[in-house]
Amino acid sequence: MLDKNQIAQRIAQEIQNNWYVNLGIGIPTLVANYVPKGINVEFQSENGVLGMGPFPFEGDEDADLINAGKQTITTLPGAVFFDSATSFAMIRGQHVQLTVLGAMEVAENGDIANWKIPDKMVKGMGGAMDLVASAENIIVAMMHTNKKGESKLLKNCTLPLTGVGCVKKVVTNLCVLEIKNNAFYLIERAPGVSVEEIKNATEGTLIIEGNIPEMVF
Amino acid sequence: MIYKVVKNVIEATQGIEDNMTLMLGGFGLCGIPENCIAELVKKKTKGLTCISNNAGVDDFGIGLMLQQKQVKKMISSYVGENDEFERQMLTGELEVDLIPQGSLAERCRAGGAGIPAFYTPAGYGTEVAKDKEVRVFDGKPHILETALTADFAIVKAWKGDTAGNLIYKATARNFNPMMAMAGKITIAEVEELVPEGELDPNQIHTPGIFVQRIFQGERYEKRIEQVTVRSA
Repeated sequence: MLDKNQIAQRIAQEIQNNWYVNLGIGIPTLVANYVPKGINVEFQSENGVLGMGPFPFEGDEDADLINAGKQTITTLPGAVFFDSATSFAMIRGQHVQLTVLGAMEVAENGDIANWKIPDKMVKGMGGAMDLVASAENIIVAMMHTNKKGESKLLKNCTLPLTGVGCVKKVVTNLCVLEIKNNAFYLIERAPGVSVEEIKNATEGTLIIEGNIPEMVF
Repeated sequence: MIYKVVKNVIEATQGIEDNMTLMLGGFGLCGIPENCIAELVKKKTKGLTCISNNAGVDDFGIGLMLQQKQVKKMISSYVGENDEFERQMLTGELEVDLIPQGSLAERCRAGGAGIPAFYTPAGYGTEVAKDKEVRVFDGKPHILETALTADFAIVKAWKGDTAGNLIYKATARNFNPMMAMAGKITIAEVEELVPEGELDPNQIHTPGIFVQRIFQGERYEKRIEQVTVRSA
């Protein structure tokens, strides 16, 4: 079974050279720590920066320089700042090649829910709806089941949707799944996790074709 | 050049009355008009509709206005860091319109640019699309979003000149440029106010034509929500 850092590490393997990538809050933010050597990538944060660098050293924090998670950041040489309308022009206009975000539920048709639990948690969607509606490539990073042990990979989402039919790949603590033809296709297992365990933790339609390899880091 | 300077925050916020619609720049607590918010808290102006990406935190930013129940309606994309906000929203005391961040930015931009509405794919098939016109372009469904304007737009910049030209710093730019365009009256508070001619015209982000009042703010607290550092 993978921990959060390993989920991020597995997703980092999906990044191709010279891509612009938007990372959501939580596990997705960790992806930046695992970009493979030789891969050149620029991180976009929707509050208005391209060319985001690592967190600052203590004492170097700048209140005017944050990411979309409101964390203090630094910039790399060649970075640029811009306003929110320009930022979402990059996103909506499909100039960003990959979006990685978390989810509360994903359905077998690619629907995603990650912004609201009615009458309980209402924080707002932030940029998530714009991101999922337009991104060519969306990878969801999440735990396979919720705190109650219930599957987050469903036939249909039960929570209010963030976007419809948009998720193509999911990386969980148990496996990598691709979404096509209204089903989850099992691509890889986390080290030590059996197909049976994945089956039991997946409510939506799970397609298992041939021998499913373990992830290689 | 047209002279836009007002004496202080009191003069800058003159004319803001109960039940008006305000736009307030900033993302989280980054790039928020601290001086004007503090003045509105002091004035206790109420029944306000506030258009702002976030609603501050419990004890800073728009959160201070929420504590005093000055806000009737909030139009935002993300309001997660504020317990009092969540309480007022769940009890129905506060009317809330949550809209996707990119749509919020573009609605402000459209309001300032004289574009009444536009189509966007964001929110199609979700609660956000309720009662909105849907139209398919190139096989993909989009929803119609309308422009936003405000009685007053209140923005914060790093530097400004007496003609109202503005330069923002780093990610404190965020929503400020679009909101500056969309206010019937736009108030700019700046960290450094300089005479006209001192700013390089090549480097200006918001042209002074969008700004009606400008003043140099004081005692900026510039609070950081999530101080995050790497180990040395």
